[in-house]
Amino acid sequence: MTLDARVIRTIGSLRLDVDLTVKGGETVAILGPNGSGKSTLFRCLAGLLPLDEGCIDLDGRTLDDAATGAFVQPAERPVAVVFQDYLLFPNLSAVENVAFGLRARGMPKAEARAKARAWLERVGLGDHADHRPRALSGGQAQRVALARALATEPRLLLLDEPLAALDVGTRGDVRRDLRRHLSTFDGVRLLVTHDPVDAYTLAERVVILEAGYIIQSGTLAEVTAQPRSRYIASLVGVNLLAGTGHDGTITTSTGGRIVPADPVEGPAYAVIQPHAVALYPLAPEGSPRNVWAVTVTDIDRQADRVRVRLDGDVPLVAEITPAALDALVLRPGDRVWASVKATEINTYPA
Amino acid sequence: MPIGALILALIGIAFFALPFVGLLWKAPWGDVWSILTSESSLTALRLSLWCSTWATVLSLVFGTPLAWLLARISFPGRGLVRALCTLSMVLPPVVAGVALFYALGRRGLLGQYLDRWFGFTLPFTTNGVIVAQAFVAMPFLVITVEAAFRQLDTRFEDAARTLGASRWYVFRRVTLPAIRPGLIAGAVLAWARALGEFGATITFAGNFPGRTQTMPLAIYLANETNPDEAIVLSLVLIGVSFAVLVALRDRFLGGGAPAA
Repeated sequence: MTLDARVIRTIGSLRLDVDLTVKGGETVAILGPNGSGKSTLFRCLAGLLPLDEGCIDLDGRTLDDAATGAFVQPAERPVAVVFQDYLLFPNLSAVENVAFGLRARGMPKAEARAKARAWLERVGLGDHADHRPRALSGGQAQRVALARALATEPRLLLLDEPLAALDVGTRGDVRRDLRRHLSTFDGVRLLVTHDPVDAYTLAERVVILEAGYIIQSGTLAEVTAQPRSRYIASLVGVNLLAGTGHDGTITTSTGGRIVPADPVEGPAYAVIQPHAVALYPLAPEGSPRNVWAVTVTDIDRQADRVRVRLDGDVPLVAEITPAALDALVLRPGDRVWASVKATEINTYPA
Repeated sequence: MPIGALILALIGIAFFALPFVGLLWKAPWGDVWSILTSESSLTALRLSLWCSTWATVLSLVFGTPLAWLLARISFPGRGLVRALCTLSMVLPPVVAGVALFYALGRRGLLGQYLDRWFGFTLPFTTNGVIVAQAFVAMPFLVITVEAAFRQLDTRFEDAARTLGASRWYVFRRVTLPAIRPGLIAGAVLAWARALGEFGATITFAGNFPGRTQTMPLAIYLANETNPDEAIVLSLVLIGVSFAVLVALRDRFLGGGAPAA
């Protein structure tokens, strides 16, 4: 059971060019900003968009091959989708929604309903079978959508932002349920998300898509440790600074100088955890090597910490405590000094 | 609100209300039942209901796919096709009747062949009334249903296709239920327009009692000879039209109280 896809498709100004291999029982999360081609990739895999070039093989069966013109209609593909906003049919009850795919394939009504009920039981919604979608909570609607997708016994399950429509309070519980249900599905699982927490909790591997191309893939730990772009760095919450290393110093394109503990030569990335950035109202005493004059551009107060966005030769995000913020009396526009210990700067060649 | 505007608005309301009040004032209340149940009234009423219902069926059968085409398929000249298919809505009905005559009349562009090959004649027949009514009524259905198709979230159809539904199954089980309010509103509007049709009918189908003389034609004729009958039949049409508008407003056009 393997998905083997080379997807090339142009939509408007976006050219999607993706090479993807996923094994059965594996969950791969596709992360990317809006407009990076995540939805287009899913529409191609589901057969809602034909390929311009490339080929999609699932378990040795060709679903789409631009070279030969082979194309399996979406209705004939063993591919199921849990759509963003779930797209439950509003005129049908929960059990009719789950039975829809079975009925569409010609299963007799009674049999389809019995199967659909069994699926609703599996996702813990047996007593909601006759509810209309509008009477379901977001988390319940998501489980109905999952049951509806799995009831058709697909070999490839596509989940498009399965948690984005939920409020933050319920997301954790729903995510845990989803993870449990996904683990019982032995086909290929692909998940689109923009939330790294979803990727952390649901996927074994992440693929990062930007402007139609895969710019990085691997386990989440690998990607977090060595993010390849500013988007990935901000996504996983670290400072990523690109520059050129020479004589123990990395010089950024904006002229900032970074002195790491482990020097590198040539093009390199420096990764700085936001909590390693210290802020001072005046230039600190002594001679720390990494001190930069910066301007506060944005202050984001969260419950137990504050993220301060800083602009300058070395643009940074600093994470400090609310107490530290109060002591510094920071406002956007203020000029401060940012300092990082050399040992807190990780480097790796670009 | 400035007092001047309020006065003008009130005059506007009076302008619409007064004619109906006039009818009610002149109505022969004692004879309403006997006029309504007279053979000539019942004949016109039956014919009107028969023809307007069949005109609505034709509008649904041909207008729904037409609305779908205009809403979903992008092709060159779509704006022109839409204008052509809704032209009869704004055209003077008598012009529509004349045009139909030269297309479908016994010596018309298509009508001569219908007559010669199939012995099928439309002008001055009940079928001719239905065709004339459908011609002026269908655009109401087309524009209403086209709007419904356009407002539809096509992702629901995508979802149905990924679940294994053929295009026809998707249309039947997902698309049609979703546009049902638009279909009902369009059909009711078309039906009401067909019921009130006068100009195209009298031009294309003539004015034969029991065959082509629908309510509006009967009213026109009666107004010359038997004004009481004209008033009573008018009140019936007013009642039906008013009921249609009220029902549409509350149930389909989103008027009245805001949706819960």
